[in-house]
Amino acid sequence: MNGYEFSFSGQRLSALASGALFWPDQRLLCVSDLHLGKSERTARRGGPALPPYENRDTLNRLADDLDHTKAHTVICLGDSFDDLGAAESLTEAERLQVSTLQAGRRWIWIEGNHDPGPVELGGTHLAAWTCDALTFRHIALPQARSEISGHYHPKATLRTSGRSITRPAFLVDRSRVILPAYGTYTGGLRSSDQVLKGVMGPGAMAILTGRHPCCIPMPR
Amino acid sequence: MPQIPAQIRNWFAAKGWSVHPHQQELFDRAGDAATLLIAPTGGGKTMAGFLPTLAELADGSHVGLHTLYVSPLKALAADIKRNLRAPADEIGLAIRIEDRTGDTPATQKKRQRADPPHILLTTPESLALLTSYEDAPRMFAGLQRVVVDEIHALAESKRGDQLMLALARLQNLRPSLRRVGLSATVEDPAAIAGFLARHPDPCEIVLADPGPDPDISMLETEEMPPWSGGGAAYAIPAVLEQVRRHRTTLIFHNTRAQAEIFFHNLWLANDDGLPIGIHHGSLDRQQRERVEAAMVRGELRAIVCTGSLDLGIDWGDVDLVIQIGAPKNVKRLVQRIGRANHRYNAPSKALLVPANRFEVVECVAALEAVRAHDLDGEPRGPGPRDVLCQHILIAAAAGPFDAGALFNEMTSAGPFAALTRAEFDACLEFCATGGYALRAYDRWQRLQRRPDGTWQLRDPRAAQRIRMNIGTIQDTDTLKVRLRRNRGGKPLGEIEEGFAASLTPGDTFLIGGQIVRYEGLREMVVEVTRRADKKPKIATFMGTKFATSTQLSDRILDMLAQPDWPQLPRHTAGWLALQRDVSRLPERGRLLIESFRHDGREHVCVYGFAGRNAQQTLGLLLTKRMEELDLAPLGFVATDYATLIWGLDAVTDPRPLFRIEALRQGLETWLAGNAVMKRTFRASATIAGLIERNTAGQRKTGRQATFSSDILYDTLLRYDPDHLLMQITREEAMRGLVDFGRIEAMIERVGGRIDLVRLDRVSPLAAPLFLEVGKVPVQGAAEERLLAAESERLLREAGLVQAEAG
Repeated sequence: MNGYEFSFSGQRLSALASGALFWPDQRLLCVSDLHLGKSERTARRGGPALPPYENRDTLNRLADDLDHTKAHTVICLGDSFDDLGAAESLTEAERLQVSTLQAGRRWIWIEGNHDPGPVELGGTHLAAWTCDALTFRHIALPQARSEISGHYHPKATLRTSGRSITRPAFLVDRSRVILPAYGTYTGGLRSSDQVLKGVMGPGAMAILTGRHPCCIPMPR
Repeated sequence: MPQIPAQIRNWFAAKGWSVHPHQQELFDRAGDAATLLIAPTGGGKTMAGFLPTLAELADGSHVGLHTLYVSPLKALAADIKRNLRAPADEIGLAIRIEDRTGDTPATQKKRQRADPPHILLTTPESLALLTSYEDAPRMFAGLQRVVVDEIHALAESKRGDQLMLALARLQNLRPSLRRVGLSATVEDPAAIAGFLARHPDPCEIVLADPGPDPDISMLETEEMPPWSGGGAAYAIPAVLEQVRRHRTTLIFHNTRAQAEIFFHNLWLANDDGLPIGIHHGSLDRQQRERVEAAMVRGELRAIVCTGSLDLGIDWGDVDLVIQIGAPKNVKRLVQRIGRANHRYNAPSKALLVPANRFEVVECVAALEAVRAHDLDGEPRGPGPRDVLCQHILIAAAAGPFDAGALFNEMTSAGPFAALTRAEFDACLEFCATGGYALRAYDRWQRLQRRPDGTWQLRDPRAAQRIRMNIGTIQDTDTLKVRLRRNRGGKPLGEIEEGFAASLTPGDTFLIGGQIVRYEGLREMVVEVTRRADKKPKIATFMGTKFATSTQLSDRILDMLAQPDWPQLPRHTAGWLALQRDVSRLPERGRLLIESFRHDGREHVCVYGFAGRNAQQTLGLLLTKRMEELDLAPLGFVATDYATLIWGLDAVTDPRPLFRIEALRQGLETWLAGNAVMKRTFRASATIAGLIERNTAGQRKTGRQATFSSDILYDTLLRYDPDHLLMQITREEAMRGLVDFGRIEAMIERVGGRIDLVRLDRVSPLAAPLFLEVGKVPVQGAAEERLLAAESERLLREAGLVQAEAG
């Protein structure tokens, strides 16, 4: 499994090619911003009927990551569902797939801004969760330390040999890790955006996802 | 037969004019269901089109809309309004003439719907929007005639397909509607006639006197054209001299970027300070209008422009057209030349300026084609189904519809005459449910069937969303460029989002002929400051790169087969002779491949003469085949006539590379993941309504809310590869950017006659390819390696130690 290992708050973490974060010592896999039910929500609001395959695709990729990492604990870092209605719209097959993934694992849903309420799926629902040295929450807090969050869908651009390659990216500084969005139907916010420049401290790094994740100083 | 009313005849007489034969013929045929007029620029085309209208309105009894005029340009609609107003007033006709485009104020638009003018001048998009309103039947109640201007240009694009579907709708509302098309010279008038008329109505073609042949030649310069490139900077002094000698010169370029660079260089050399302007589609509207106004007032001696000035706005006193770069297409060249000497029966004067040595050959071939009246063009194929999908949605926005009736209406449009019911139903299904193999939207269908069997929008609010996304013009995502000021500085124009993303503060680029410095991005506006002290980084405007047409390519091959070349300048003839000595010249029925070592790498140069797009595709397919055969290709570059590939190993037997089955198979797999396909998909998905360009206020909420259309493409490819939009995308790509048809034709023509010539160095004909821009590195492992290397370098530079990769 391709991953980029780095040390954060005294822990060894691995940024996986898929955009998931793996914590080997805890056998813990963390994914953020799945946005399940995106296509359903778009259609419900009178928009176009997008290809209704994103739930399947997102869950398939998650299943692959779980196969490879054999994680015992899964943390979904918020905005797991596009909205509450979208959560209710999962098909039988998709619910079954979620249940299969949950079987034999501890599963924690962190609340996001898109999916505040509880949903009728297994697992624990929490606003934030601390495990050992690290705290998991949806949106980064300015003063937090040892924090893992999502929400911003960061992406970063690397220019080299006349081309520019943009990929979803992990952002890492001394106090926080921000995960890229894991869901199939998600876009990204450039690391050079004012908001992200404000959140990330000096010396921040960006780890670009892709077949071989690679680490660069965060483009500002 | 009706006569031209006396007051109009008197007006002609008072002006000292006589009615042209083609104007009379169009008048005599005014009762026909459809008529196509083919006339040169300046041939009184507009008057020919409107004469029957003026005659029918002469007695002042008509109530409501009488004639609809549709043109591809907003500016043309405004221009015609002016040019029609004067005669109408002079003849003493109390008629209302108004235009309606994207620029028309909302209040006026509203009034036009309630109380339409006698003559309404508009564009295909604005007309499509009008047909989407529930009150369309009332607005078009009195409509008698429709005049489609510049129909030759519309017939080449989806805008024309859209227009014909809108006309089919109007014809349904007004069965007696009569159509007139006005066209420049084209190679296949019958095809345009079939496009214009309601299927299967007949359509008479009226040919005006084409006027005298143009006075056209290649510009003689002291300096030789360079080996490669498209800037034609060498010709600046000679072009300036021509500008000096003429009243007004139009200087045409094939791309916006080239126009910008040329204009910049022209200014640097313009010691006399001649008033020269620039005009192209990426400039801000105000800027363009200022140039247009100055032009009409006769204040400019020259305008550097692109296809944005191709169409028939009357620029008055143009007495010279200069085409920079090979024209690529004889028909377009002839139409451009027609922009000069806008007076009937005066020969137009034009000069061609080849940008490089090979273009000398191409320009001479084009000159010969113009003299022989040998125009080119490729048949366009059936109407694209993405446009059809948009019109099903437009029909739904106007009110409930019956599927059978809508099918009959749409197949009465020329481009869609061959559409089958099954194809139509698939489009309807797409509009209603998305048309996916997985049925997911039973609750949220876009279109619903009512108990009486008709279809309607589930959510009436969707009508607004549909209207906001009408149109087939693909403006790739662009960002506005403004001068940085306290409160929003002057708008300069637009640049591609991709180009904007590549800028870092301090970078400079050219826009509207000035060098500006990138300062930053604020609320999706690129802010710049004026800068005159630096050499600019060049804006990459999207402007299409046209491929040299098949007919022109054939002419070039015919020319290469000559024993000597008296019609070419010495330097170019000498270059070809040298090629024949050290290697050989490409021939029409054979395929020449050169192989040589250069700069430590093996090269093959394939002279397919299939046009830029096909040669590009050939490069992608061949490198893929070479990778399979372990020939380690590293990259390639394509021009209109050849593809140059470099790699680690020499090609010794090219035959296995050119097996058509293998190439076609490679095409299937390669196409799937290709950027061209993704771009094509994005265009078709937008037109068909799957991607909304405009949604009320959404663009402000931050970029992470939207995701790339590439993701939709990848998802469909993985889970629903036979989806309607994937079929449309494949069709579009094959006849557009991929242009596989020309590769097939080339391989068929060549058969087994492949000549591999091994040389000990670069050949004269291959040399210019080394200077070409747009080199394509072979994808795959290479990109990951690049990333890894660059990442390590950056980390080292930042004084950081690379943590071990897991």
